[in-house]
Amino acid sequence: MKLEIRDLQVRFGGPDTRPVASVPELTVDGGEIAGLAGESGSGKSMTILAVLGLAGTAGAAVTGSVKLDGQELTQLSGAALRAIRGRRIAAIFQSPSLAFNPVFRVGQIVSRTLRMHGLPAGQARERADAAMRSVLLSPELLRRYPSQLSGGQLQRVAIALALALRAEVLLADEPTSALDVTVQAEVLELLREVRDSRGMAILFVSHDLAVIAELCDRVTIMRAGEVVEQGLTGQVIAAPRHEYTRELLAAVPRIGG
Amino acid sequence: MIRYAVRRVALALVVVAGVVILTFVIADVVPGDPATSWAGPHASAAQIARARQYLGLDEPLPVRIGRYFGGIVTGNWGISIHTHRPVLSDIGTAAPATVELVIAALIIGVLAGVPLGLAAARWPGSLADHVIRAGSVLGVSMPVFWLALILQLVFAQRLRVLPVAGQYDPNLMFSHPLVSRTQMPVIDSLISGNWAMLGSTLTHLVLPALVVAAYPAGVIARMTRAQVLDTLGETHVQMVRSLGFPERTVFGTFAMKLAWNPVAAVLALVFAYSLVNSFLVESIFDWPGLGSYAAASVATLDTPAIVGVTLFVAIAYVACNLIVDLVQAALDPRIRLR
Amino acid sequence: MIRLLRANPLIAVGGAISLLILLVALAAPLIAPYPADAGSATHPEMALQAPSLQHLFGTDQVGRDVFSRVIYGTRVSPFVAVLVLLIACAVGIPLGVIAGYFGGIGDEVIMRITDVFLAFPSLLLALAFAAVLPPSLTSLTIAIAITWWPWYTRLIRGQAASVAGRPYVEACRALGILLRHVLPNSVTPVIVQVSLDFGGVILTASALSFLGLGAQDPTPDWGLMVAEGENYFTTQWWLVTFPGLAILLAAMAFTLLGDGLRDVLDPRRVPLR
Repeated sequence: MKLEIRDLQVRFGGPDTRPVASVPELTVDGGEIAGLAGESGSGKSMTILAVLGLAGTAGAAVTGSVKLDGQELTQLSGAALRAIRGRRIAAIFQSPSLAFNPVFRVGQIVSRTLRMHGLPAGQARERADAAMRSVLLSPELLRRYPSQLSGGQLQRVAIALALALRAEVLLADEPTSALDVTVQAEVLELLREVRDSRGMAILFVSHDLAVIAELCDRVTIMRAGEVVEQGLTGQVIAAPRHEYTRELLAAVPRIGG
Repeated sequence: MIRYAVRRVALALVVVAGVVILTFVIADVVPGDPATSWAGPHASAAQIARARQYLGLDEPLPVRIGRYFGGIVTGNWGISIHTHRPVLSDIGTAAPATVELVIAALIIGVLAGVPLGLAAARWPGSLADHVIRAGSVLGVSMPVFWLALILQLVFAQRLRVLPVAGQYDPNLMFSHPLVSRTQMPVIDSLISGNWAMLGSTLTHLVLPALVVAAYPAGVIARMTRAQVLDTLGETHVQMVRSLGFPERTVFGTFAMKLAWNPVAAVLALVFAYSLVNSFLVESIFDWPGLGSYAAASVATLDTPAIVGVTLFVAIAYVACNLIVDLVQAALDPRIRLR
Repeated sequence: MIRLLRANPLIAVGGAISLLILLVALAAPLIAPYPADAGSATHPEMALQAPSLQHLFGTDQVGRDVFSRVIYGTRVSPFVAVLVLLIACAVGIPLGVIAGYFGGIGDEVIMRITDVFLAFPSLLLALAFAAVLPPSLTSLTIAIAITWWPWYTRLIRGQAASVAGRPYVEACRALGILLRHVLPNSVTPVIVQVSLDFGGVILTASALSFLGLGAQDPTPDWGLMVAEGENYFTTQWWLVTFPGLAILLAAMAFTLLGDGLRDVLDPRRVPLR
């Protein structure tokens, strides 16, 4: 499982307009958490949409290459792309309480998705229950409505869904920004576990450099739609090369030195 | 759910009590001195004083309100000055015709409005979208009494494809007499298998129902479109897209289920508005409902009748809102869990 | 701005027509060919003439030029609407502020009263009041205003309540907070509501005049004109068609304008990015 992004450009408008996101090179290997850092408006969320092939729904056009295990995604037909979306590349979003359709029970969304991707009903239920247990949630919770679950629980259900689908790549768009700090730590721990036990390739998008520093093996820093710095997390933090990176690092509060 | 229902019913009862008091204000407090009009223009001061005593006007306000309240609750809504019959029984006679008309109009409104709203939301910015939006504004801004006259002129008098007025062809009463059970000719002819009558009642219903349906269709189309567009922009829709669902399922299953909420919410309001709109239309089509009754009462300054109709519609509106709220709470768990 | 208008042609149309109506109302004596016909002038010998070059919309049952009367009609219903909405705001907004900001018993009482008024469909309550008052434009205005104020109370209460989270120490400071925070935030939704309501009030006023409860002859109210022309409608179609068209156009214009303003001003509308 390997996600390779090359010369990706996302634009609202004609080929001459300035891209809102421009990524020359970004690779996420299986068993690795890659971070994508930057402030709001830096183009991180559009990059995720572009990888999913959903940039069009926001009114944007995409050029460049996105490959999953060597297969070029940008050339795929709608149906082929939909088979991959969710099933092999999964995504979790910023506000988990908003990410689930409020009039459906959480389990209904999970089972519908599994069955849509070809799983027979019985197997779908087994996988869903097993996935819930791996994220340390009781399968009973699947019968609840989103409003009856906490943000942290909903985010775990989202991760469970990715696990149940046996996704290879997980795109996480600010998954912990809306959660309490203690809950945040639990979700991050879960992501680490998923990376280790399933060998998932995880792209973790956040504006919080402290979280990225703690979680990610490698980091790409974006600003105003462009990549300004890239590399192993340790190196980038110890020896930042770009001015902006230094500003971001300086802005992170340190506790206990 | 039970607790929510109890709360809502209690609130509705409080509002109804307030409504009764407000109608008391309209009936009793506003129109000058009833004693004088009761006693007549040539009455002496003594006669007016006796009239005041007879009408209970010299009693303190709380007593008068209490008596009014008691009357309403026990079914004594006053006597119509015009028909000389109890107002409540007049209303009972006239109401079914209006209910028939309004229900027909609402059915047309929903059947037209929802699909149009969905279509406009599915292809926003397209020509269809603009046409539908313009059309719904047209429906909402339409002066119904004018539309009634125009349609009547065009379809009934000039083109002669539809009947001019009435609920059914009176001549048919001789050849195919209608057994009146629900007082609603369409339903009565349906349940008694009186097909000739059914045809006649339906063709007579078309024009008035279309006129009254203009407003609900417009409102429902607008609401549906707005709600679906809002929903499509929300995170949970993006999430199911990211899960790989095809757009038609995203729209049809996940977005549409939320489209009904505002339609249901607005149904009560639309019902009340259509009820009142039908008032303006009934006299034009000789439709023997509450509207004709109210129009006649206004023309003859029949205060008890006017107030009675107002009270009746208000209570019906409160009841309608209550039912819609309860149904919504049953369908959308977020409401009752609040 | 131009981009805004092009993206939403309906708003441009609505705004343009609304402006046109305002201009016509102001310039009525200059535009109408027979201004006296909008008043008490009658010419029975010219009654019920079909539309022609001298009388664009024909003449009515007492020979008055319908075109002139429709033009002067722009001074009647829209004027009633302005008055009604002014009263509704003057009464409703302060009540809403009191209810929302100070909360407590006052809030409960005011909101229950609002609920009671809102339990009636506007046209019906206005009809009931107008029916027991002597028929005139004044009674009409009062009757509609009585039914319309609750909407503004409810609207403002929400705004005021969201500001009221904090306890206040002196009355002066409370007033300061009110003036500086609640009112500016409320201006936008009120503007949107007023423009949306404008069409509704025009429709209500016309309907009540149609029933004989508002303007009386010879006032050139559109609803009244439709009522007067009803009996002649089958043969003299122009008596009803043109005044009614004016009502429709006016209501549509203001509704479109209101819609457009809401799309532009409503802070909840986040552009799809």
